Amino acid sequence: MHGFANPARFLRIARWLTVPLLVGGLLLAGGALAYSLFFAPPEQLQGETARILPLHVATAWLGMAGWTTIAIASLVELVWRHPLAGVAARAAAVPGATFAAICLATGSIWGRPTWGTWWVWDGRLTSMLILLFLYLGYIALAQAIHREGGSSRIPAIFGLVGAINIPIIHYSTIWWNSLHQPPSITTGGSAMSPEFLVPLLVATFGFSLLFGGVVLARMRALLAEIQAEARLRRRALDVSEAAA
Amino acid sequence: MREGLDQWTFVLIAYAVGVLGTLALVGWSWLAMRAAERRREETRRK
Repeated sequence: MHGFANPARFLRIARWLTVPLLVGGLLLAGGALAYSLFFAPPEQLQGETARILPLHVATAWLGMAGWTTIAIASLVELVWRHPLAGVAARAAAVPGATFAAICLATGSIWGRPTWGTWWVWDGRLTSMLILLFLYLGYIALAQAIHREGGSSRIPAIFGLVGAINIPIIHYSTIWWNSLHQPPSITTGGSAMSPEFLVPLLVATFGFSLLFGGVVLARMRALLAEIQAEARLRRRALDVSEAAA
Repeated sequence: MREGLDQWTFVLIAYAVGVLGTLALVGWSWLAMRAAERRREETRRK
């Protein structure tokens, strides 16, 4: 793991991976969504609205995967002081928040014709909304710490504490009565027919590649900013020493 | 009374939100990365 602690080595790998991840993700996710929209048959009970599910499920998965990334990177930063872990956590926050917001929006749009309501305050929807608020809090905190120069351990602790919400989201439909359906895909198999399951899995894989590409692009941007700031600060120091 | 909602309207709005949101995220992250790396190269050259 410490082999990647060297930013130069990490940047070499990231430069090589960013474009393939983004292009591969766009092709796979785009293909799966196009199939769901234009070619999949209407579902027996949900009708046409089942076409929303590959998009909704993929973004729900990435909303949770984004915070899991933040929590793991925060743990690595706190325990091993890995120099890139804090950068990785900050880079995962905006894509995670975006996918959590898309999941909430598409779920609400799906719920109106299916459940007859845009929103219910049940365990799954409420815990997902809390996840979005946690993301927004994390982004604001990390930006403030970066701008004001506080300890990077504060957002790392926030990232770890916020991870409590992930199992709550996952088990919410099992623990509490909910309009939201329980998991259709488990380790024991799937309750979905292949014509719905395959595009859902391909869309989830494609969106995961996109997430990886976006996180790498954001890490490259954050590292470039840090390196440019360090260079300007060093130069300003040299100028002030020469003047003295 | 049952509402006569057109399901396709909801499907298309959901896709518009999802696809445009994702493309905006990818485009913004890519442009921010290019701009930050350009700034770093400029500070190196100065």
